[in-house]
Amino acid sequence: MERDLEITLTVNGSEVTRRVAARVHLVDFLREELGLTGSHVGCEHGVCGACTVRVDGDIVRGCLMLAVQANGRKVETIEGLTDSRELAALQKAFYERNALQCGFCTPGMLMAAQDLVRKGGKASREEIRAHISGNYCRCTGYQAIVDAIEKVMNER
Amino acid sequence: MKAPAFAYAKPRSLAEALELLERHGEGARILAGGQSLVPTLNMRLSSPELLVDINGLDELRGIALSGGTLRIGALTTHSQVERSAEVRKHLPLLAEAVPHIAHVAIRNRGTIGGSLSLADPAAEYPACALALSAVMTLKGKAGERKVKAEQFFKALFETELKPGEVLTAVEFPVRQAADRSHFQELTRRHGDYAIVGLAAHRNAEGLRLAYFGAGATPVLARQAAAKRTLEEAKAALEKDLEPPADLYHSAATKMHLAKVLLERAWNAISK
Repeated sequence: MERDLEITLTVNGSEVTRRVAARVHLVDFLREELGLTGSHVGCEHGVCGACTVRVDGDIVRGCLMLAVQANGRKVETIEGLTDSRELAALQKAFYERNALQCGFCTPGMLMAAQDLVRKGGKASREEIRAHISGNYCRCTGYQAIVDAIEKVMNER
Repeated sequence: MKAPAFAYAKPRSLAEALELLERHGEGARILAGGQSLVPTLNMRLSSPELLVDINGLDELRGIALSGGTLRIGALTTHSQVERSAEVRKHLPLLAEAVPHIAHVAIRNRGTIGGSLSLADPAAEYPACALALSAVMTLKGKAGERKVKAEQFFKALFETELKPGEVLTAVEFPVRQAADRSHFQELTRRHGDYAIVGLAAHRNAEGLRLAYFGAGATPVLARQAAAKRTLEEAKAALEKDLEPPADLYHSAATKMHLAKVLLERAWNAISK
């Protein structure tokens, strides 16, 4: 049985092929193998949400998916969505509302927030809070984060 | 922490998966959505020799109505259940339960088969399966068998699944027009493990009250469900449940909360 496998996946639009140990989770692969350090490693057991990335259009915990499971999939990270400017409005609102202090949670928070924003329509503060409930911020206390997301969703 | 080293296989067929499970015995673990397994690997609470990734088995996917039964394939994710019009129509209790499961990013990966197989006593699906009289399909090299939810959950994280068997689907009898159901879960924050929860369902055969977070397994409160009045039911609940204390809540608090949920469900369902 193989402990190392060759995988080919699309990361932020580019196809990459690597040999990877089965034990490596997706976010370590992205950070250490591909140098995409925007996705953060926080709790490593699915609680904090700092490692949130998109796989085939759905947000997932980067620490709870093995890199080998991303074989053949399309992965998007904070770097990709920043370059494509998909996150521009949210990033501006986070900046203007002081929705971050240390910034450790911010990439994951933006990925989770954008997942709600891109569904279209408006959302109540309660719905916003439910959607980002899997992303921990230990500095700001969420008020400003919810403000920023609300602004982007409800002022368009 | 980082997971220990393990081998990985992604079989193309159920037969191949069962072969691998048999050959590797207790050293093999099934990887479905991975939302409970991968944390235990990362924390090194579990160190299998081999992960058998069953995500390539399309026969374990899908939601299909046939006769009076809605069959949900084991690999159906929580998000797929959440978005399913069939589930909303035929199993409103399940539809109500799903948003309580963890968070969006986890619901996108976690599967119904994984949740039922793990049998976390604080999880939503096992209680729903009990309340709705679901039947699990288990397949092994010896063949297929069907097990009722009441026989499936045996002890803490222990089910009727035998080594080498895979839960392939779960079947729910669909809701009849007169049926009523009610789902509630108390947590400190959205997505946390339940302090206590209740999946209640009333059909022509009677009322079923399935509690979670209130014992080593999901628990059917049979004596309470058989009572005619709410006061009698609340008193009987003391005989049905023996909720263990957790870090934040004493057993007495949990029992009190279980009665609160009973009252809410009773009132909602009686209407």
